[in-house]
Amino acid sequence: MTPKSILTTLAALWLASAAAAEELKMAVTTSFANSGLAEILLPVIERDTGITVQLLVVGTGQALKLGEAGDVDAVLVHARAAEDAFVAAGHATHRREIMYNDFIVVGPSDDAAGAGAATTAAASFAAIAGAGAGAAFVSRGDDSGTHKAELAIWQAAGITPGGDWYKSVGQGMGAALNTAAGMNAYILADRASWLNFANKGDLALIFEGDAALFNQYAYLPVNPAHHPHVKAEAAQALEAWLTSDTAKALIEGYRIAGQQLFTFNAVAN
Amino acid sequence: MNDLFDGLGQALRLLVTLDADLIEITGLSLRVSLGATVVASAIGLPLGAWIAVNRFRLRRTVIALLNALMGLPPVVVGLVVYVILSRSGPLGVLGLLFTPSAMVIAQVIIVTPIIASIAHQTIRDLWADYHDLLISLHATRRQRIVTLVWDARRGLLTAGLAGFGRAIGEVGAIMVVGGNIEHATRALTTAIALETGKGDFAMALALGFVLIALAIAVNLALHMLSGTERSSRW
Repeated sequence: MTPKSILTTLAALWLASAAAAEELKMAVTTSFANSGLAEILLPVIERDTGITVQLLVVGTGQALKLGEAGDVDAVLVHARAAEDAFVAAGHATHRREIMYNDFIVVGPSDDAAGAGAATTAAASFAAIAGAGAGAAFVSRGDDSGTHKAELAIWQAAGITPGGDWYKSVGQGMGAALNTAAGMNAYILADRASWLNFANKGDLALIFEGDAALFNQYAYLPVNPAHHPHVKAEAAQALEAWLTSDTAKALIEGYRIAGQQLFTFNAVAN
Repeated sequence: MNDLFDGLGQALRLLVTLDADLIEITGLSLRVSLGATVVASAIGLPLGAWIAVNRFRLRRTVIALLNALMGLPPVVVGLVVYVILSRSGPLGVLGLLFTPSAMVIAQVIIVTPIIASIAHQTIRDLWADYHDLLISLHATRRQRIVTLVWDARRGLLTAGLAGFGRAIGEVGAIMVVGGNIEHATRALTTAIALETGKGDFAMALALGFVLIALAIAVNLALHMLSGTERSSRW
């Protein structure tokens, strides 16, 4: 193979990938992808709109970074403050709420720290911290939406987490759950990832139901004024679909082990 | 331990039923890694040969550098390629990020030093034998390289296979530049990372066994095609 033929091959590969139109790249959070909802929605989106959505599964921090660089056409994440900053900086044209699910506190089934007896998420976290060496806590530590939610709860509890009992793993939801299962530690997880997680070990659901655990997903189309190459029309069509009644029925009908995971709350334009 | 047997069972089930997703990701793994090996060989073999037969001032430095680059951390290579191919990077206009082409580019960078280093070592040994003969025949530099590359082809096959082995089992770089997109850039290794993340160790192990079987199959096939270790010859 000569250098010239290599270049031709690379060029051909590039053209081949560019020629396949109506592919839209969307960065989503690991918790959304792990929920399994994407596998229900994507085939129907393709059927209804002709758009093949390619998912890049990353943490919220990286998802927004991908949108900022123009490497994806749209972003679906759950971290309100970061999203507002993203829109304010002009990286997205607007923010559209789609649906929500909730976070839960998972921990060792014997709940030695007594986190399950608490009435609020903050009190539950305080119980874990109060147990000191008796209970370990695994943190995502990856700047994801779940990580941000966790930090907000620590703040509400008036605790700066740190020390031997606080393990920041810097990984996705699944990997963090694996670590928690291995160490029999407490962890904040989204309900969908937890129900779909296969390696539960001795872990069990310890605390749920506080409003502080509310987890809103929003859709952010990347601003074509910043990145002229983004597929703005496809992103708009996808938004219309995600806020449609078809999406509502599919999202609210999605169940794992008999539990509804997501609640649709998009407001019609 | 149970996970291991579940994994083996799952691997067999996937293979026997010719699972469509498995075929797709295996095909992508093969395409990307073979493509990267071919491109890296096209660069690395002549480069190794050239360094072996030429004497120049920085030769020792170049060889040391090449050997050191064999240990390039894939995730760093991935990150550098990512930043360059990103829409906000210097080659962003090509739109290559998160495509199989980007995965090939990253793997070429990882594999080329390995192929070049092993090729250099092989050809250097042969050059010691051939030196007087080729000089006395007044062979041009180009003819010397062609002769050496051809006569060292067995050793160079090993160089190529070492490169392929590194490429097919690599996950750090292709995860970063490919993005592990289903039906687009999901390869065997990135799928294994994903299944591990889901806590589905049986599926992850099953894919792992398929990956190992694939590496063995490719090596066997190439050895048979190139006719090494035939009974009539040593």
